[in-house]
Amino acid sequence: MIKKRRMFFRMIFASLMRRRSRMIVALLSIAIGATILSGLVSIYYDVPRQMGAEFRNYGANMILTGRDGSFTNTNIAAAKGVIPSNELVGAAPYRYENVRIREKPVVAAGTDPAGVKATSPYWLINDGEWFEKSGELLVGANIADAFRLKAGDKIEVSYTPESQQAAAADNQVVEDNFREFTISGILKTGGSEEDYVYMPMSDLEELTGISDKIDLTELSVSATSDKLKDYASEIDSVVPAVNASLVKRVTASEATVLTKLQALVLLVTVVVLALTMICVATTMTAVVAERRKEIGLRKAIGASDGSIIKEFMGESMLLGLFGGIIGSVLGYVFAQQVSIHVFSSSISFRPLLVPITIIVSILVTGVSSLMPIRSATDIDPALVLKGE
Amino acid sequence: MSLLELKNVYKIYGELHALDDVSLKVEKGEWVSIMGPSGSGKSTMMNIIGCMDKPTKGEVLLDGVDISKESSKNLTTIRRDKIGLIFQQFHLVNYLTAVENVMLAQYYHSIPDEKEALEALERVGLADRARHLPSQLSGGEQQRVCVARALINYPEIILADEPTGNLDEANEEIVVDLFHKLHDDGTTLIVVTHDPEVAEVAQRTLVLRSGKFSKEIVNENFTGKIRFGDNNPI
Repeated sequence: MIKKRRMFFRMIFASLMRRRSRMIVALLSIAIGATILSGLVSIYYDVPRQMGAEFRNYGANMILTGRDGSFTNTNIAAAKGVIPSNELVGAAPYRYENVRIREKPVVAAGTDPAGVKATSPYWLINDGEWFEKSGELLVGANIADAFRLKAGDKIEVSYTPESQQAAAADNQVVEDNFREFTISGILKTGGSEEDYVYMPMSDLEELTGISDKIDLTELSVSATSDKLKDYASEIDSVVPAVNASLVKRVTASEATVLTKLQALVLLVTVVVLALTMICVATTMTAVVAERRKEIGLRKAIGASDGSIIKEFMGESMLLGLFGGIIGSVLGYVFAQQVSIHVFSSSISFRPLLVPITIIVSILVTGVSSLMPIRSATDIDPALVLKGE
Repeated sequence: MSLLELKNVYKIYGELHALDDVSLKVEKGEWVSIMGPSGSGKSTMMNIIGCMDKPTKGEVLLDGVDISKESSKNLTTIRRDKIGLIFQQFHLVNYLTAVENVMLAQYYHSIPDEKEALEALERVGLADRARHLPSQLSGGEQQRVCVARALINYPEIILADEPTGNLDEANEEIVVDLFHKLHDDGTTLIVVTHDPEVAEVAQRTLVLRSGKFSKEIVNENFTGKIRFGDNNPI
């Protein structure tokens, strides 16, 4: 039995190795199919991650607000703790206060400059630079227009403390808190952000004399919309003082685009699979056709239909194996190139995809060879006696 | 009992009687040539004796078994076990070496044995060419590989279809010598040929014309060890 098996493999290896030029065409079609298949599957599974990162450019997708006034830094930290750190792209707390610039009321927002940069990467600095340290002010474009401000200007921002606000309403003389800021840049977003001035949270706390007060926190989370919903409800139950809500505009469109993109990749994968099968079937038909004499001879010297099928199937499955190995390597390279050029980030290697590609490649080759191989058994052994 | 017996065999294709009431007996160890012009029914007869076709009418007894009644699956088994085929075009598998081509017949018959296959190649004088591919062998050498392949499973009959048709004179002589050796070893040989020189070295030659045997020539000068009387019916 061992000798017989050894001869079986000796024959199919000889057929593949010594008929290289013929077999390379078949191998190429299988390898290309396997490459595109494994590449597309890689992309299919990586698209949510890639697109998630891409979508994070469109702003925060979760907003934390406080219930019954207990929205403290501690509670926010607890709520943020629910989201895995690798999925949390950024968090920006906001506190809004009415302040005055040149005696005119303006809304100032205290925040974390680095956090805003992460949650709202689309904020455009028209003139100047991003605000980074204490004493720097980012001024919305509408405010800048109204006050004719530009980057580098120094302005005074004043605030009427709560204790003085009643007096201020009565037009009495009040003692305002004030502080000088340097305008680091002019903010352009195309949205309501242009009506505010932004300063580091610590500056606002100093200006108002009130600390640990936050109105809302924007989170940018790299997760699917279903996962986001889970996180939101988990936050609601784990930190009851915090209310987590999703920015539907962002999460819903993200989900829609993802579904469509994945459906497209899946469709292309199926089409490639079908084309590979047609290609392999055509190649195998040609292989069988050019080996009619050999099949006739094998039958004439006593090969049963079963052994003819076994030998040809063995050959095509071995081709499938080689094609699958080549395909899983090239597929990774292909997916990597697509990822780098389309999403500007590298793709993660999925070891499980290697055996899956090989198995699928063997199966596809086997199935598509079935018809031509079955037709090989119809070849008349008498063919070899006719002296053709 | 004869090793092979054809009893009133017909092969009819529409109006054409490729074989028309043919009867033949071949004894074990006998060497018979079948001659005839193209279209005389030689190929049809080879196909039937070689278990690759069935007659329309009549009986074909091979070792006592009527092969005209067997299924094609059984015919494959009979062909594998009892018949060794030699072809005009050699029909070696072009990507297998000489010894692998011989082992191929063993593979389908029972168990491939490289040592035995090499011995068979030695018998036909090709021990040193065993690892060569058919494309590296001359026509005569390829035909000798074909002979080695035909005899490797010790078949009851070796059926040769125009075995020297594609060979030059020197190689023709080598192959005929091999047939002499096989015959001396007791192998039954049926050789279909156009070539009177090849035909006449056999013990007897049957001439086929329009699907019937028209003549039998017994070789009185046959020098082989085994001789048969001339009581064979045609």
